[in-house]
Amino acid sequence: MKFAIIEFPGSNCDHDAYHAAKHVLGQQAAFVWHKDAGLGGADAVVLPGGFSYGDYLRTGAIARFSPVMESVREFAAGGGPVIGICNGFQVLLEAGLLEGALLCNRRLKFLCQHVHVRVEQTDTPFTGAAQLGQVLSLPIAHGEGSYHAPPETLEALEANRQVIFRYCSEEGGLQDAANPNGSLAAVAGICNPERNVVGLMPHPERACESALGSEDGRVVLESVVAAVAA
Amino acid sequence: MKTRVFVSLKASVFDPQGRTIVEALQSMGYGSVSDVRQGKYFEVDVDTESADEARSLVSEVSDKLLANPVIESYRVEVDE
Repeated sequence: MKFAIIEFPGSNCDHDAYHAAKHVLGQQAAFVWHKDAGLGGADAVVLPGGFSYGDYLRTGAIARFSPVMESVREFAAGGGPVIGICNGFQVLLEAGLLEGALLCNRRLKFLCQHVHVRVEQTDTPFTGAAQLGQVLSLPIAHGEGSYHAPPETLEALEANRQVIFRYCSEEGGLQDAANPNGSLAAVAGICNPERNVVGLMPHPERACESALGSEDGRVVLESVVAAVAA
Repeated sequence: MKTRVFVSLKASVFDPQGRTIVEALQSMGYGSVSDVRQGKYFEVDVDTESADEARSLVSEVSDKLLANPVIESYRVEVDE
C-alpha cells in the first residue's frame, strides 16, 4: 500500500513517518507538499507532527488552509484512512475533521517523554490490529496537547465510542497522575463518527523499533496496512 | 479603517497561562488580584466603505481564522 505523508512548512516528524512506513513496514511512502493538490493515489494519509507555520496564532490554525487540505478532506469524505499525529491532530481539529481542541498542557511544560495509552476501540483502520484494552508505550512531545471539548461534544464522543486512546498507567489504570497534560477524560486520541479519520497526540511512528525504546507504535501502522489490504 | 479584535478563552475553558500569571502576581504581594485570563489582541486594518462593512468583514475573519469557536470568543471594535 501507499502512504502519503503531508509536509507543511514546519513539519518535523515527516521523515519519522516515512521511515516507519517505508523502511520498517516495507510499504510505499511519498511526501506530499502542502501546496500540492492531490495525494498521488495514496491509500492512507498521514499528517505528521511538528510545528506547522511555527505554531503561529494557534497550533494547526494556518496549516488547515493549505491547498492540500482540500484533497485530504475529499479523501476523508470518501472513507479513506487519515491519521493526524501530534501537530497533525491539531490540524485535523482546526480543520473540523475531528471535534474538540487542544489547549496548553496543564502545567505549561513542553512534555517530551514516553507515556502509556490504552486502546479503547479497535474498529478503526488505525487500531484494528490492536487488542481492546491493550496498553501501548508511546512517546509524546508537545506543549499544546490538553484535549478539550464542550460537555455535549464529549458526551457524544463517548456515546459514539470515538475516544480510541486514553492516557493510562503502565497497568492500564486511568488515574490522574497518568494523564500527562490534563486532557479531558484522559483523551489521547479520537476518531470521527465515520471512524476513518483518527488523531492522537502520542507518536506511534517514533515507536516502531526496539532501538527507539518501544515497538508498540507499529500496531497503529500495521492496522492500516491490514485495513487497506482487506 | 482601523479595527481591533480581542480574543479570549471561553469562561468554561481552563487557562493555565492566566493561572500562572495570577499566582505570580499573588506571590509578588498583589493579593487583591483574584484572577487573570490571558487572551490575544489583533489590530486589523481593512479597506471598506463603512464601519458596518468593516465590522462584518472582521467578524468573518475572526470566525474563520483569528478565533477557534470551540474554545474562544472574540469582540470587535471599529473606529467610527
